[in-house]
Amino acid sequence: MSTIIPFGPQHPVLPEPLHLKITLKDEIVTDAIPMLGYVHRGLETLVSIKDLDQMVQVVERVCGICSCIHAHTYCMCVEGILGIEIPKRAEFLRIIWSELHRMHSHLLWLGLLADAFGMESLFMHCWRIRERVMDVMEATAGNRVIISINKVGGVRRDLSPDQLRWIAQVLDELERELDAIKPVLTNDYTVKKRTVGVGVLTKEQAYELGAVGPTLRGSGVAQDVRMTGYGAYKFIDFEPVVEKDGDSYARTMVRFRELYQAIDIVRQLIRKLPDGELSVKVKAAKPEGEIVCRSEQPRGELLYYVKGNGSKFLERVRIRTPTFANVPPLLAMLPGIEMADVPVVALSIDPCISCTER
Amino acid sequence: MALETKNIAKTQLQAEVASLKAVGYRFVTLSCVDLGDSFDLIYHFDRELQMTHLRITVLKGDTVPSISNIYFAALCIENEIKDFFGISFDGLILDFGGHFYLEEEVKRYPFCKVSVKEPQAAKEGN
Amino acid sequence: MGFFTKLLETSRVKSPWIVHFDCGSCNGCDIEILACLTPIYDVERFGILNIGNPKHADILIVSGTVNHRNAKVLRNVYDQMPEPRAVIAIGACGTSGGIFREAYNVVGGVDKVIPVDVYVPGCPAKPEAIIDGVVLALGKLKEQRTAKDTDSLAAELHQAREFYANRADRQVVE
Ligand code: SF4
Repeated sequence: MSTIIPFGPQHPVLPEPLHLKITLKDEIVTDAIPMLGYVHRGLETLVSIKDLDQMVQVVERVCGICSCIHAHTYCMCVEGILGIEIPKRAEFLRIIWSELHRMHSHLLWLGLLADAFGMESLFMHCWRIRERVMDVMEATAGNRVIISINKVGGVRRDLSPDQLRWIAQVLDELERELDAIKPVLTNDYTVKKRTVGVGVLTKEQAYELGAVGPTLRGSGVAQDVRMTGYGAYKFIDFEPVVEKDGDSYARTMVRFRELYQAIDIVRQLIRKLPDGELSVKVKAAKPEGEIVCRSEQPRGELLYYVKGNGSKFLERVRIRTPTFANVPPLLAMLPGIEMADVPVVALSIDPCISCTER
Repeated sequence: MALETKNIAKTQLQAEVASLKAVGYRFVTLSCVDLGDSFDLIYHFDRELQMTHLRITVLKGDTVPSISNIYFAALCIENEIKDFFGISFDGLILDFGGHFYLEEEVKRYPFCKVSVKEPQAAKEGN
Repeated sequence: MGFFTKLLETSRVKSPWIVHFDCGSCNGCDIEILACLTPIYDVERFGILNIGNPKHADILIVSGTVNHRNAKVLRNVYDQMPEPRAVIAIGACGTSGGIFREAYNVVGGVDKVIPVDVYVPGCPAKPEAIIDGVVLALGKLKEQRTAKDTDSLAAELHQAREFYANRADRQVVE
């Protein structure tokens, strides 16, 4: 006998309305169908009302968690079509803020995962550590979550030497705090019991189903769009973080190790930050042509397709967000696991529904 | 900077995509643009961070062969395009029937005619 | 007023339980609401508790714009909450539709679907502002209680019973 139960849309584990229709046989999931559309706003159609500078603010609000990277990618696209070279300092500053976003996003996610398997204390610790990053954001950009520092042609704000020194200090503290919670992730019985061997995605499956980001790297594929060297990443040394096992634990560890990686990247950026202008003037831009740009978000590869039609309104902005690509892998992970593990597995791809549906 | 795409005919699509898959490409996504009386469908693929794009042009009202039998991942995006533009895909594995995102009362195919010349089209849905 | 009613009323205002519903928000506001629960802001020390079940809640916090699909869910969540209840709309989106106002799938602010008691502006609203909003909502909760007499409550209960007894789609499970 099989039962169909709706998982969501209003659900305590996730603030967002994720809705899966799950077919159960006894306690085992046999099938899952995603039901989307609760967050769909249709913001890609706003291109016809908002001009290309205003669109920066709109695309930032595709997703509040990785807003900086959305804006960065959009700006890369428009600058690419217009053939603008932005100052080197601006490239570096963009990446500093992007990596800060990656840190806060991963910490947030780690907290939510801990909450999903009932480990309240880890949740609280992660979010306490995350507040350090939020402080940096608030002090440097003026807002906590959506910071709006990108604009077409450069960045809006600068980081003073004092601020840079302070950020470096905060990063040191952050690293110490991460070291403190590391034993919980590597040794704790609860964490391992709930994640090791749960929701396995093999390397072949992951690649074939088009998984991206930590979901892909957790399955042993070393693919990170940052390796293409967009923005200032070409001046930075780093290696993509890869784990072999493809289960929820591997994905957790990928994200956890990426936290250290992000700290390292920001340190390098601060060290190598060149002097110079913050932005170039872009006057009465009328882009014409099409372009595809990709970047690496905390959740994986983000793709923007932008088409301009020779006026200050763009013809089309198409956003393929990482979670959208991670939905088919999620559907492949779910069959065969127990109902009680569904929240943990669903969270292990780091779902961002507002990204997915835009 | 122009986007380099390979223009192919609708009938070649399945074969082209299958051959890309055979050499290890990963399906990234599918973009659709309204050109007035036809649609541009651009298929994006990736292998070791190198991208390849295929472009097909379909007339309004035409159907397109689905590639969800080759790449399961194409399922979501094909459903999405069906919602937004009203393009039907032949052989879609799991068909939401145009209600992947949208409810009944929403304007049909909202992404069509989204352009500066007709700003009303976008506002109607309010 | 009996002793128990009084006790109930005081404790409701002293320890409100909130349920959070995300209606098409961009996550900016959601994570700020969650941040309120975490050590830096820690609203739990005031007795404010976030729970998942609308049937236990006194205050509904809604973030984000309403679209055609989630309007029904929002209405449903609201209807499940017991009286007295207060609704807080968070962020520019919750109050008016914000930046997405002109998008085709957006109905508008939360008040298009359910009555809203407190509006918290900001994009995203800061945790401090959200906590302020909850405190304001508590005042509303108190007022509502005194305004509503027991007769009308009884009438409502009767109505609800009638409704459930005569429902066409009522399924009898043997
Ligand atoms: S008000 Fe701003 S931050 Fe909040 S959901 Fe809306 S767009 Fe996002």
